[in-house]
Amino acid sequence: METLISDINGKIIQNWPEIRLDQGQYPTLHVQARYLLPVMQVLKDDPDFYMDYLVLITGVDYKSSLGCTYLLNSSVGNHLLVVKVTDIDRNDPVVDSVTHLWPTANFHEREIYDLLGIRFEGHPDLRRIFLDDNWVGHPLRKDYNDEVNVIERKL
Amino acid sequence: MSGTGIEMHGLDIRPVEGSRPEDQEFEINMGPQHPSTHGVMRFLVRLKGETVESVTPYCGYIHRGIEKMCESLTYPQIVHLTDRMDYLSAHINNEAVCLAVEKALGIEVSDRVKYIRTILDELTRIASHQLWWSAFGMDLGALTTFFYGMRDREKILDIFEETTGGRLIQSYNIPGGLMRDIHPNFQKRTKEFIRYFRPKLKEYHDLLTGNVIFRNRTVGIGVMSKEEAIAFGATGPTGRGSGWSCDVRKRLPYSAYDRVSFNEVLMAEGDSYARYMVRMKEMEESMNIIEQLIENIPEGNYAEKMKAIIKLPEGEYFQHVETARGELVVHIISDGNKNPYRVKFRSPNFSNLSVIDKISRGMKIADLIAISGSLDLVIPDLDR
Repeated sequence: METLISDINGKIIQNWPEIRLDQGQYPTLHVQARYLLPVMQVLKDDPDFYMDYLVLITGVDYKSSLGCTYLLNSSVGNHLLVVKVTDIDRNDPVVDSVTHLWPTANFHEREIYDLLGIRFEGHPDLRRIFLDDNWVGHPLRKDYNDEVNVIERKL
Repeated sequence: MSGTGIEMHGLDIRPVEGSRPEDQEFEINMGPQHPSTHGVMRFLVRLKGETVESVTPYCGYIHRGIEKMCESLTYPQIVHLTDRMDYLSAHINNEAVCLAVEKALGIEVSDRVKYIRTILDELTRIASHQLWWSAFGMDLGALTTFFYGMRDREKILDIFEETTGGRLIQSYNIPGGLMRDIHPNFQKRTKEFIRYFRPKLKEYHDLLTGNVIFRNRTVGIGVMSKEEAIAFGATGPTGRGSGWSCDVRKRLPYSAYDRVSFNEVLMAEGDSYARYMVRMKEMEESMNIIEQLIENIPEGNYAEKMKAIIKLPEGEYFQHVETARGELVVHIISDGNKNPYRVKFRSPNFSNLSVIDKISRGMKIADLIAISGSLDLVIPDLDR
């Protein structure tokens, strides 16, 4: 764990000083959307990180902006790291795709595109994955309201 | 055969647009109602003759918006929804949410709860693998396996029914412990089951594993390398069949898994047969785990006292569990309310499905059935 933190400080925070590291359940990197791709490239390829397993991507609606949370794991060192992007513009949500680094991101990004409407630049096949192609809106957004297919339950 | 396509049993198979009929390039839909997809799922298969050129999965036929529904439910209510994802690993799914909530609140459940949860996890895993074995044989034309597997699975479902009240979906876990204590017969019947099932498992091997037709249908079919398994996030027996040591029970132990000794079953070949063997051996390992725990379930509370309304502190919580199909991760983002702000379920099948195009290219159309069977897809889990 200590070596992971020092590697992050030395190889990521040093190069991109705007990136912040904080300690949640797992070490969490707060990355600006514009730095996502180079940071991910380092995390994937650098032998000290070697994060070759992308566990999940969670798309989140933060109301003022949209975000993606990536959970990375290394099959060699078994260390876990969270990369959080929280500054995706709500009105023009675009972020770089990581599909070429981890093929598993293909489906996960399509799911987020479907349910939150974030467009992933460089994704080979960005289509809705669950909902119908003609579906209007993105259900996981907090301001989504659908009178016909009511999925919100009032308590 | 005319130049436009083949009319057969009302099924209209047309050549790919722009291709010549003599190239025999076709696009056919496998599903949404097809016995070998084990649920409502459609593969758009592009064929050249009988050889698969590409497979495009179309999912979402049973998308219920579980993640969205969770945002307006309380945590004890969410537990019941997770049953409906991977219904064959229902107990393990319940546990994932309960563990996440307990971790967030800093509640330590008693050893009794940990032991019972682990035993039921492993019974769930055996029951799931039995059903998979039944259906896998059937996919490949061996109908007998279905009767054998279902006969033995019934015994586990009876144990579940007696203790939890549910056969397929249990909802036995609640945040803070278990809904009620185990039935007095639980230990006796579980031991009886293991005594009964050990020779039956050998029967399974005699029936299917050594069969020449079965071997021809699975050995060398749908080969996935270890690197591919990691890159596509294909966890569970699917990934371990390619030699990737991805077992959450070993990597990030939960409940009582750090107190039992068991082997993580790994195979290097990565074909359908390797995935088959991993599951068969896992059933043995599961029985070993149960045997280590069943005799010495400690005394203690079956549930901790919880507040009537559970509110998680603001923050993000991850919980990994190993279901019968792979790594399930529950990611809860809480803003301090009784409802979560956002819940994400990383369902193992969703990632496992994405590899199917890669490993079925160049195989025959009949092999696609063997491959999708060996991935052990449960559609409600990936659609959520």
